[in-house]
Amino acid sequence: MDFGLSEEQRLLQDTLRNFAGQECPLPRLRELFEAGQGHDPELWKGLVEIGVGGLALPEAHGGSGLEVLDLALVAEVLGEAALPVPFLGHALAGLAIAWGGSEAQQAEWLPKLATGDVTATVALLEGSSAWQPEEWALAPGASLRGEKRYVPDAARADLLVVGTQGGGFALVETGDPGVSWTAEEGLDRTRGIAHLHLDGAKAEALPGAGAAARVRDAALAILAADAFGAAWRLLRMTIEYAGTREQFGTPLAQFQGVKHQIANAATSLEPARGLWWYAAHAVDQLPDRAPHASAHAKAHLTDRAIGAARDAVELHGGIGYTWESDVQIWFKRVLFDRTFLGGPEVHRERAAQISGW
Amino acid sequence: MDLRYGEKYEAFRAEVRAFLEGWPLQGDEAKLPEQEQQALFRRRGIERGFVYRHVPVEYGGSGGEPDVILDQILQEEYAGSGAPGNLLTQGAAMLAPTLLEMGTEAQKQRFVPKALTGEEIWCQGYSEPGAGSDLASLSSRAELVGDEWVIHGHKIWTSGAEKSDWMFGLFRTEPDAAKHAGISYLLIDMKSPGIDVRPLREMTGGALFNEVFFDGVRTPAENVVGQRGQGWQVSRATLKHERNMIGNPNQTRHMFEELVALARKGDGNAGPGLSDPHVRQRLAELEGYLLSQEYTAKRILSATARGELEDVMLPMMMMKLHGTNLRRGLSDAGFDWIGADGLRELLDEEQVPYAAGTPGAWTARMMSAIAIAIAGGASNIQRNIIGERGLGLPRDLRAPKG
Repeated sequence: MDFGLSEEQRLLQDTLRNFAGQECPLPRLRELFEAGQGHDPELWKGLVEIGVGGLALPEAHGGSGLEVLDLALVAEVLGEAALPVPFLGHALAGLAIAWGGSEAQQAEWLPKLATGDVTATVALLEGSSAWQPEEWALAPGASLRGEKRYVPDAARADLLVVGTQGGGFALVETGDPGVSWTAEEGLDRTRGIAHLHLDGAKAEALPGAGAAARVRDAALAILAADAFGAAWRLLRMTIEYAGTREQFGTPLAQFQGVKHQIANAATSLEPARGLWWYAAHAVDQLPDRAPHASAHAKAHLTDRAIGAARDAVELHGGIGYTWESDVQIWFKRVLFDRTFLGGPEVHRERAAQISGW
Repeated sequence: MDLRYGEKYEAFRAEVRAFLEGWPLQGDEAKLPEQEQQALFRRRGIERGFVYRHVPVEYGGSGGEPDVILDQILQEEYAGSGAPGNLLTQGAAMLAPTLLEMGTEAQKQRFVPKALTGEEIWCQGYSEPGAGSDLASLSSRAELVGDEWVIHGHKIWTSGAEKSDWMFGLFRTEPDAAKHAGISYLLIDMKSPGIDVRPLREMTGGALFNEVFFDGVRTPAENVVGQRGQGWQVSRATLKHERNMIGNPNQTRHMFEELVALARKGDGNAGPGLSDPHVRQRLAELEGYLLSQEYTAKRILSATARGELEDVMLPMMMMKLHGTNLRRGLSDAGFDWIGADGLRELLDEEQVPYAAGTPGAWTARMMSAIAIAIAGGASNIQRNIIGERGLGLPRDLRAPKG
């Protein structure tokens, strides 16, 4: 029995942390944030070279054959670094094709996703920010007509995995003349969102019927991990700030009121790490547990993370509330993780239903 | 990550399950008094290697090789069975490990076996009216006169003192030494002349705690654990065991399931019931904290098994505070959902402790959740430990040196 990370998993995280530190130091991140592009092609290229593009894809199709837990560990570091890369959509689209695609679809697309020749994303949501396939109106067919909202990292995508009525998936290439976009002003400037219009776009359905729920569970674990990483980054920034910033002639952190607020925020967050570890692991190894575990991970982690993020803003004082402060970068990253695919209440209700309450 | 226990461990689990199938006892044995049934369980369990597994045979255990996963499997199986399991008394859970770690050979032989079986009941004498979280400032004193310690002083918050045979406690033996250095860890027979135990009635109506007064109480010189003046270090070992007890998630899982059952009843006094979205949200949020505690326990267990405790130092420091917060959340919800029954006074001492499933149990828990925030290192002390030792924040203003 081992509820912990392997040497390889730690090494993967160390590699990514070094990469993020070297390739996207704070001034560069700030520039990208101000530009509001939601991505940096060079950063993404570097990550794909490390193997992030095909991490959880089968080795037979050019991937590394790792698991959703490994994707979540990547997400933790990307959250820490607030790295503006199209990881979320690309990873989820890859899982959808690997789990729901035909052999031919896998053979065609997965190697290109792994090498980064093709960047993909998922177009799921319609009226609500929550994942509600039963309410998706977009009718399946050889050509698609309709709308999708809040498509992550859309500007960079070559390939779309589109959610259709009842929870199916279809592949659409963004070069198709039936595809057009309206960019949305995203709150989280490290990840773009866009409004997708499909007007007779050529589409190819993925035959695997059960993929949607599994992709959802993976997505929830990945968002929870990203929020966890982002919230810890905020806490570390706050610990450093409170240790150096002086008031009344002494560092802030020497006041128990400040120290205890930080300790409470950390105590609320750190013990929850196992929730996203377990949820991600369950998607791969314990399919019966995955829906309940991922619902809890998404709800609890993003709730605890926003709590820690609020404390971080407050403890930075007025400066933490300004545009000038970097605190907002991670605060907004957490807000994205919390809102995208449904907030805590949505997933707590799902967990309650699964428990038979 | 691999959550399977593996063949060797599952085989062990199967043996434990087969053993536990005999419990609760049947036939004539079922008519034995509870204490005798427990003694029977322990005798048979020790023979099989399932009770006090890690304690050497000569001190009353099963003498198994150290293996935290085997210990964990035993805990898991005991939790769901009708068997008595390991006694979780202060003697078994705190004194015995302390003596095994730091006691003399004679102390181990004399005290550990009887502490494990519950034949001798122990209480803890740490706190004093003037020394709660700041234990180093305690002032009850012991003086070596001939071959005996002569003790004067006053202990407080001593749970179970009225029915205890022995006390392990901290006393100032070197009045001239610095705060931490002048303390010794002594073992005292509670039937000694000069001991006066007075119950402290709590807000729940119960009296779990006592004050213990010492007026020239004598205990043999050899009843000091560790070196004279080293009691502080010895007590650290014991406190570590106490915090592990408080952070144990098995109890909170049980309490959570009781809470779900209470909500499911949903009658007039038990709140609006499981169909109420607010109740569902509140339960699910509490379950998020409960899962956090359970998975953290698994992280700590795995790291212990790997011998890589540094990986989990921070979550270990957080377990008590996190567990305290969770217990408060669970008991608040239970108290809210018993409805008007929460208006009733709980001063009937006959009912203490209140049986699980009764409204009184939730009222008492609602209050005792606060006691957990104080006992075994108050929550604000935990916050300081997490902040300073865990997160590297500077020490408090004017914090004492040493």
